[in-house]
Amino acid sequence: MQTNIMICGVGGQGIVLTSKLIAATAVSHNVPVMSAETIGMAQKGGSVFSFLRLGDGIASPMFPEGSADILIGFEPSEAVRMFPYLKKGGKAIVNTHPIMPVTAALTGSDYDGADMLDYIRRNTDLPVFVNGDKAISDIGSPKVLNMVMLGAAVATGLLPFTLGEIEETMKSTVKPQFVELNSKALRYAG
Amino acid sequence: MHKEFLMGNAAIARGAIAAGLNVIAGYPGTPSTEVLETSAKCNKDGSLYVEWSVNEKAALELAAGAAYCGARTMVTMKQVGLNVASDPLMSLAYIGVKGGMVVLVADDPGPISSQTEQDTRTFAAYSKLPCFDPSSVQEAYDMIGEAFELSQRLETPVLFRPTTRVCHGYASIDVRDESEYAHNTPEGFRRDPSRWVIFPRLSYNAHIRIEDRNVKLSDEFSDYSRNLIVPETDKTCRKGVVSHGISYTYVTEALAGKQAPRVMKVTTPFPFPEKLALKFLDGLDEVLCIEELDPVIERELTYICGKYHLPVKIRGKLTNDVKNAGENTCGSVAANIASFIGLELPAAEKPELAPELPVRPPVLCAGCPHRASFFAVKEAMKGQKAVFCGDIGCYTLGNAMPLDMVDTCLCMGAGVNITQGIWHTEPDTKCFAFVGDSTFFASAITGAVNAVYNQADMTLVILDNSTTAMTGHQPHPGTGHTMMGEVVEKIDITAVLHGVGVKTVETVDPLDLNASVETVKRVAAEKGVKAIIFRSPCAVIIKPEAPAVIDPEKCTNCKRCIKALGCPGIVLRDGRAAIESSLCTGCGLCSQVCRFGAISVKGGK
Repeated sequence: MQTNIMICGVGGQGIVLTSKLIAATAVSHNVPVMSAETIGMAQKGGSVFSFLRLGDGIASPMFPEGSADILIGFEPSEAVRMFPYLKKGGKAIVNTHPIMPVTAALTGSDYDGADMLDYIRRNTDLPVFVNGDKAISDIGSPKVLNMVMLGAAVATGLLPFTLGEIEETMKSTVKPQFVELNSKALRYAG
Repeated sequence: MHKEFLMGNAAIARGAIAAGLNVIAGYPGTPSTEVLETSAKCNKDGSLYVEWSVNEKAALELAAGAAYCGARTMVTMKQVGLNVASDPLMSLAYIGVKGGMVVLVADDPGPISSQTEQDTRTFAAYSKLPCFDPSSVQEAYDMIGEAFELSQRLETPVLFRPTTRVCHGYASIDVRDESEYAHNTPEGFRRDPSRWVIFPRLSYNAHIRIEDRNVKLSDEFSDYSRNLIVPETDKTCRKGVVSHGISYTYVTEALAGKQAPRVMKVTTPFPFPEKLALKFLDGLDEVLCIEELDPVIERELTYICGKYHLPVKIRGKLTNDVKNAGENTCGSVAANIASFIGLELPAAEKPELAPELPVRPPVLCAGCPHRASFFAVKEAMKGQKAVFCGDIGCYTLGNAMPLDMVDTCLCMGAGVNITQGIWHTEPDTKCFAFVGDSTFFASAITGAVNAVYNQADMTLVILDNSTTAMTGHQPHPGTGHTMMGEVVEKIDITAVLHGVGVKTVETVDPLDLNASVETVKRVAAEKGVKAIIFRSPCAVIIKPEAPAVIDPEKCTNCKRCIKALGCPGIVLRDGRAAIESSLCTGCGLCSQVCRFGAISVKGGK
């Protein structure tokens, strides 16, 4: 069985770390894993994506459009940007909180994410919308958005891992004093 | 043997170390940088010598010297770095090495973060050096050891050229335990002028030997297990597909579970495995070559068909069946194959057109001192005829609006010479060359010497943020740190410039706007070659100050702060300029740009 996951958002949101955490969980459960992501010019504030593939018989770290089982969008417009990769009937998990492009002030953009969410609603069945802004304020740390999104993705049952298994990996990768906070975030939307 | 999830570049480093690597040198460049960085991280006992050299040429020459002593050496660079290192490499191909030397050159189809789409496989044929082209992270790990074996056995440097998707792809792969590592003890330099001193006679003899070797190596590569033919599953199909590198994995995926044509994978593009290709071509009518960058395989197959009078039509980039620029994707390759073998692709449902997406172009970071430097020069030169030559680094982003301060950018270190060419042609122009500190050491010092010697009139602007920021903050000669963890004396840019005859060299903090503008006006007014060093650390590596604060009482909403600077730390909120406190570093530039004193920072300049 193969699972293709597209994780996308804006640089600085913890996209790459999320991908790494799933990958590390896969390695510890002997599930073959490959990934590819943007590196380089996309600094803070740029579009960032990570292709993540789990399972046997995978040749390439990237997959074609229309073949992601899950799209985890950390930002509405970034979810739409990578939306073509989601397969028909695939699941979209999207943070509803928009991030203005850093150039918006210059161009006078009035982007607020609403059109993006409508688009996702119209073009996919039962998307999972996560109010990431409320989540991080409820939990009390802006740094755990990625764990909230990951928790919501795991809760769909489409990843080949349980929340507990992801949590085990998380415990071995974050500092002890942050374990509780991250556990709380993982379970927030689950 | 155990499993690890590794980036391609880390896998290459780990594979090289497992193969007994003794010395690694390089110059940072996307997508190659992590090979050397991983080597340094793995070098806990210091038994490996690791250095960021001043440029690729220096790195290659150093690695050659170590290899003359019997060390296993690797030199790392991106494809354009090979242009810098090509002088020693072309000659080294004739001289050869002893210990085993791999020249790792990462190519960048797209290009994603490079100036060119050059193909190191073409360079391999030009330099007559064997070349390895890995298609996956696992293959890169396994094959780097084989590259060292071949290099040592044939006493020649070899090229190893992954592309971005292999370099930056990750996979869970089988890696060797430390107990399984090979170790190489260099025997030391053995004096032998007939071997190590290049002269025309030696080169003539070496040339004969190299051509002969490459014919034999082509045969050897025809039997190399990584060059392979995947038999057709559709026995009626008289077509074939050839690919290489990451594109081969796209081919594999496109044909998975289908009635497939015969497929060949070319892992050593030079010397080309001709006998294997003949076996592959046997009985085929048509072949599609799916390649990134140059049509290397396509040309070889076309040549082979001519040489052996084979009635096989070779298609690819040269026949416009595959696009001739940019990178391939799973999707593009699947479409190429489908139209070649006459497969119906599942009719793509026309998805609803997406709403207009916000653009997120790369910009200078909030608090980046380069923004301040560019702004100061722009202010100082207002109303004067001036040209601003840029260079390679983060500061190329000074081209974006509203700064708009990069008129030219060509290659590393070019700006300082280009500006002289402009001045000699248009002497009434104030000519500026902007160069970063790492690029200055890598390739702008000779340009400064040239300017002084040839009596140019120009201002050299050094944007000194005390790091190599673009590629992820590597140390360089001006930082006082080495990759072996030593703290060493910093090489002083001012002293270097004085040393080569630049008499006026002024240093100023770009975040002090008035002082900067005054300095530029004063220095640029002088005749001859003069330099300004804008010194302020990269905003990403320093602890930010408290964010700036806008006083709504004083703010007239003129938006000058936004329109002049284009800093991501200032956003529009409800139509008014506001500080994005998650990004603002409190650099204070905007507080100096505001004409109403509405913006303040702690400690405010």
